[in-house]
Amino acid sequence: MNDALTELAMGGRRPLARLLTRIENGDPSVRPLLPELFTAGHGAHVVGITGPPGSGKSTLVNSLITEWRRRGKRVGILAVDPSSPYTRGAILGDRIRMMEHAADRDVFMRSMASRGELGGIAATTWIAAAALDAAGYDPVLIETVGAGQSEVEVARVAETTVVVEAPEMGDEVQAIKAGLLEVADIIAVNKGDRPGADRAARQLRAMLSTAGGRVERKPPPVMVTTAVTADGVAALADAIEAHRSVAREPLEAKERAANQVRRALAELAGRRAADDPSWDETLRAVADRELDPLTAAECLLG
Amino acid sequence: MSDTPIRILIAKPGLDGHDRGAKVLARGLRDEGFEVIYTGLRQTPEMIADAAEQEDVDVVGLSILSGAHMALLPRTVELLRERGMDDVLVAAGGIIPDADVTKLKEIGVAEIFGPGTSIGQIARYFREHVRRPA
Repeated sequence: MNDALTELAMGGRRPLARLLTRIENGDPSVRPLLPELFTAGHGAHVVGITGPPGSGKSTLVNSLITEWRRRGKRVGILAVDPSSPYTRGAILGDRIRMMEHAADRDVFMRSMASRGELGGIAATTWIAAAALDAAGYDPVLIETVGAGQSEVEVARVAETTVVVEAPEMGDEVQAIKAGLLEVADIIAVNKGDRPGADRAARQLRAMLSTAGGRVERKPPPVMVTTAVTADGVAALADAIEAHRSVAREPLEAKERAANQVRRALAELAGRRAADDPSWDETLRAVADRELDPLTAAECLLG
Repeated sequence: MSDTPIRILIAKPGLDGHDRGAKVLARGLRDEGFEVIYTGLRQTPEMIADAAEQEDVDVVGLSILSGAHMALLPRTVELLRERGMDDVLVAAGGIIPDADVTKLKEIGVAEIFGPGTSIGQIARYFREHVRRPA
């Protein structure tokens, strides 16, 4: 086994942190590790936590960590916050709500900047999740940037996606719009101590009871949680764990694999095309309207 | 990898609750293209060192106004070294008497930024002094 992977398996935090940096930076040394990194994994349950800014994702993740630690699990967390499209700088603030677990040796938390990706996670988050799995963390939680309606990338990576909503999410029509709610395996209406939380949960249940979505399946359970008091958090942890086996049914697993491979294909094709000697000439032809973008893409792939 | 953003952890060790300066700096460094991990108030040196280790930061920036810097800063440096983070740059900001500045630099605090330092100066210092493993 590769040295880096041996160090991971031994549970060192510094080697894991270092590897995560190389992964984030797209360091070429990571590429040859990838196959072994995946087989070194223990099959950790990868759980996505997404939802609008301010709905309480980080606080809920903090409560979930406490609950999972009580159940004796080693928890890995990747918390993504947005990078500035202008300066590439970022404020990564998810730790503020999780510092009580900072010194717990069985919790590993890493902040990631989205680095130009618009889907709610970074391009390398899936590799980082594999690294946490290889280091023996299970579950691995991915907290997305505050998501609007269409930042659904996390559902490609996570086996179980929890969408966190606050009670004031809007009227019933919000619940039938396409996008974020569609990728939910579980919905948590957080801030359950606020007026209207139960009503919001009832509305969501009613509107989603007819949902079809990605695969023919049951509508997602809608739970009410209060992250700051941990009310409903044990039940949420139960629901997440119960979903693990559903997520691993062949049909679901195959669809997730298809999404992951499609994404990798697009990246690979994009990178290869950019290395093609005719890249600049093709771009010029499209810019001058001599060529349409689809034909250009076919030429580059051919 | 010199074109990847510099990662800095900004923390307030100890009990003082004045975090305006830390937040202004966090925001300013964001605009300078840094990735700023902001951990908030009332951190122990252990929490800061553990967070810095997991985040694999290039810089640990400690904001301190309470007067307890001679206890908290050396302890944080010691814990970082214990975790093998010899190359991480430790800097402090706040009200620190000149006599203490010398001592703190001896024990491994790279730089201390007093009142009136501009964010541009701080960013430039970090860009020039960050040590990255080959």
